[in-house]
Amino acid sequence: MQTGKVYENRKIVITGIFLLVGLIFIARLVYVQMIEKKYVLSATNNVLRYEVQYPARGLVYDRNGELLVYNEAAYDLMVIPRLVKNIDTLEFCSLMGISKDEFETQLKKVIKYSRHKASVFIEQISKEDYGFIEEQLYKYPGFYVQSRTLRKYPKPIAAHTLGYIGEVSPREISEDAYYRQGDYIGKSGIEKAYEDELCGKKGLKISMVDVFNRVKGEYMDGLYDTVAVSGNDLYLTIDAELQAYGEQLMQNKRGSIVAIQPETGEILALISSPAYNPNLLIGRVRSKNYKALSEDTLIPLFNRALLAMYPPGSTFKVLGALIGQQEGVLTEKTTYPCAGESALPIKCSHTHNSPLALVESIEQSCNPYYWNVFRSIIDNPKYGSTREAFEKWRDYLESFNLGITFNTDLLVERGGNVPRPEYYDKYFGKNVWRAMTIRSLSIGQGELLVTPMQLANMTATIANKGFYIAPHILKAVIKDGEKVPATFEKHITMVEPKYFDPVIEGMRRVYSGEHGTARWYAPDSIQMCGKTGTVQNPHGENHSVFVAFAPADNPKIAISVIVENGGYGSVYGAPIATLMMEKYLLGDFKKPWFEKKMFETNLLAGN
Amino acid sequence: MRSRNNILKNIDWWTILIWVALVLLGWISIYAAIYDEEHSSIFDMSQKYGKQLLWIGTAVLLALITLFTDYKFFPTFSFIIYVLMIGLLAGVLVFGKEIAGSKSWFQIGSFSLQPAEFAKFATNLAVAKYLSGLNINLKKPKTLFKVFLIIAIPSGLIFLQNDTGSALVYTAFIFVFYREGMTGGILIIALVTVFLFLLALLVNKFIVIVGLALIAVLLILVIRHTTRNIAVILGFLLLTSGFVYSVDYAFQNVLEPHHRTRINVLLGKESDIHGAGYNVHQSLIAIGSGGFSGKGFLKGTQTKFNFVPEQSTDFIYCTVGEEWGFIGSSMVVVLFLILLSRLIYLAERQRSTFSRVYGYGVASIIFFHFAVNIAMTLGLFPVIGIPLPFFSYGGSSLWGFTILLFIFLKLDSSRVNIL
Repeated sequence: MQTGKVYENRKIVITGIFLLVGLIFIARLVYVQMIEKKYVLSATNNVLRYEVQYPARGLVYDRNGELLVYNEAAYDLMVIPRLVKNIDTLEFCSLMGISKDEFETQLKKVIKYSRHKASVFIEQISKEDYGFIEEQLYKYPGFYVQSRTLRKYPKPIAAHTLGYIGEVSPREISEDAYYRQGDYIGKSGIEKAYEDELCGKKGLKISMVDVFNRVKGEYMDGLYDTVAVSGNDLYLTIDAELQAYGEQLMQNKRGSIVAIQPETGEILALISSPAYNPNLLIGRVRSKNYKALSEDTLIPLFNRALLAMYPPGSTFKVLGALIGQQEGVLTEKTTYPCAGESALPIKCSHTHNSPLALVESIEQSCNPYYWNVFRSIIDNPKYGSTREAFEKWRDYLESFNLGITFNTDLLVERGGNVPRPEYYDKYFGKNVWRAMTIRSLSIGQGELLVTPMQLANMTATIANKGFYIAPHILKAVIKDGEKVPATFEKHITMVEPKYFDPVIEGMRRVYSGEHGTARWYAPDSIQMCGKTGTVQNPHGENHSVFVAFAPADNPKIAISVIVENGGYGSVYGAPIATLMMEKYLLGDFKKPWFEKKMFETNLLAGN
Repeated sequence: MRSRNNILKNIDWWTILIWVALVLLGWISIYAAIYDEEHSSIFDMSQKYGKQLLWIGTAVLLALITLFTDYKFFPTFSFIIYVLMIGLLAGVLVFGKEIAGSKSWFQIGSFSLQPAEFAKFATNLAVAKYLSGLNINLKKPKTLFKVFLIIAIPSGLIFLQNDTGSALVYTAFIFVFYREGMTGGILIIALVTVFLFLLALLVNKFIVIVGLALIAVLLILVIRHTTRNIAVILGFLLLTSGFVYSVDYAFQNVLEPHHRTRINVLLGKESDIHGAGYNVHQSLIAIGSGGFSGKGFLKGTQTKFNFVPEQSTDFIYCTVGEEWGFIGSSMVVVLFLILLSRLIYLAERQRSTFSRVYGYGVASIIFFHFAVNIAMTLGLFPVIGIPLPFFSYGGSSLWGFTILLFIFLKLDSSRVNIL
């Protein structure tokens, strides 16, 4: 081939380019290695120490600016085993307040992890000891102090909602490389839901240290240091005073209270009882206390408000009334007879006049009435089959957020259970079942399950006459000094506003009517609306359930209360709900006769 | 028997010597880079340096296999090997595992294989085969286009893997084409393009365009005033200005943020010390602190070293710089220059076009890696993931380069047989 000879001279160009690049490199090396001083570290083999500057975690306030969570400085004693040489162990141990055995065990443990990576030797030296220890540390090469922040709770409330922080796990590191081992991350509650807002940004301080691990100065006068950026503060929707009051009311009982501001979906109080003191889960004592809490048979770590599922019982009747009207099979004037204890197929647990109309049926919580309403919804000739009507009924429930989750910042929640047609097919046979078969749904029993949060939201929806804003905990974030409010989705249900009026009137009469199931608790100054529920419990005493909102016109608070094993809804549910609403609306109020009783009742004794 | 004697007599021992030197120095450097007191044996298989020994051993095997393959095998099967590699490159996009943002690996058990490393010699074979055909004239656009396609396909597939560095390697073939007759103008255009590109990023685009305009005016004043000349000069001014403008536009609006940051860091516009600038800054500290004679073997400060990421692969040169100083780091540069010069010398003495083209391909590919990798560590080029041949840790890389090199050694040792 002739191309070989013709262009042979080009080899010179190519070789020339190669050599030129090589020369550029050599010149650059001369510059970097021998001329430019900034890359050459001191001849005494100075080492750079990279000290992470941990930012202050964002603070958390309640809706009125009351401080719920703040930070406290803590100091960890760090060690790099490789650098630990010739220290006076006895003196060291007495300085730190540990025994020689503890020293050796800990050192062995740390060496096993790594000889030349820094590890925590003693966690969280107290503020008082820190200053004194720091002064003496130069005597002990290899040891130094790293400062951290811990969370502190001025009031021991809202533990479930606030959550806690802990050391980041390997999996969390792999998901987000920002975190290094030893960093803290929110593990539950608000700490976790808003981790990105709260955690801020780590800074870096580069110091030059000599062979004895003494700091000789800032590297490049701090040119490459970055300042830590504090996390953003949060304002929660929670009302601290109301929350504290509710926790006090629920002491020594199992159950929950959920209070929502209907207009905005803001959660005013989220109480699960038994609760625990959030200060138990900070710092050194956390793993020990967590273990104890998780082994407690009363499961205080379990957030009942969001996770416990109960049949709604009679509180469900309000939905029955709404759906019936919207479907056109029920009006205010519709009456049904009630034979009391001997009624069939569902007996009534109350004795009242018969027949009764819609409003009274709510006031007096009549079972047979709602069996009839349910039957007329399911047997509605408008639908070709029971299945079709049932699916429509299901859709209504889902539009009130039953059977599904809210997916806001609650993080862990359950969606309750609204049975599907397939479930009944499997159990009874395909399309064999009728309204009669599934009649327990009409009175909020059977397979129907809701969480206290869902009940509160349903009540807020009624207070709003047909819509709800997804319930949430975050009110606003402080970004760059500006209070940025959080926004959440508005949902409109399948029932028109006009159908809510009779239901609301019925609920009003629960307090103010002659036969209202909560009439003993009606306060003088506020018109309240409510609905009792007595949820059957196969394992023991029935659960006392009550939902309510107030004031009747222009409602400011909607609430659900569940007291496990409390018996009738009117015994515990109603008084607790009433007290909560009065507390929120009036602030300071004349204590009704039943407040003391609620505080002192202990339903756990004998467990 | 006869073929074996031929090999031993005709093989270029100098190249093999340099190959051995680079591989061993690389191995020692990896040991120093990752040195862990708790695993202090260089043969410790749980550490990268132990594993590298495994790769070296198998590379030697591959080298031997290559040398004992009949030399005619390579030209004959060039295109088949090439097509197979293309298949693997496409396959890894579907079946591959994603590591550090690039989907470039096949995972077989605990083994990872990177087809991009093997595609280099396969493409080289294909290019050599094509250019050794009858009546191939690189001055003809159609021929140039076809050979460009041969390198564009693997490059494109690798680019889809999100491994920009390895995709860019194929631009090295421009040296091969230049040697085989491509218009010199294209090489100049390529170099000027790179220069203008860096300039457009470094300096405000208006200043650059004004500068170009000044050059144009100067040229017009100096040369013969024919309409044609002026038109040509103005044409170039328009073209280059347009290029500068579009580079700036692409940089601001098309390039991904982390690429932008890397380039800005490189050009000194940003000193993102803890993000993209981190690697480069740490690298320069490491190399710079080596001074003239270095800190000594294993005496590179470990704490600091945990902060040079990828210190056993992309940034392996740092270890040399820190521990062996200027003496060591310039020695490595010199070694590579000797290797490259030797390869060109060998390529020129080939009788067949195929072998010569292939030889230039080997030199060009190795040059590209050498130039970009070391430039990266010295803060002269943006950080893109490219290994230092024979030096950096990695089985696929070592195997790929070894095969690349030894195919040529085989061809060279059989050159007397070719008429």
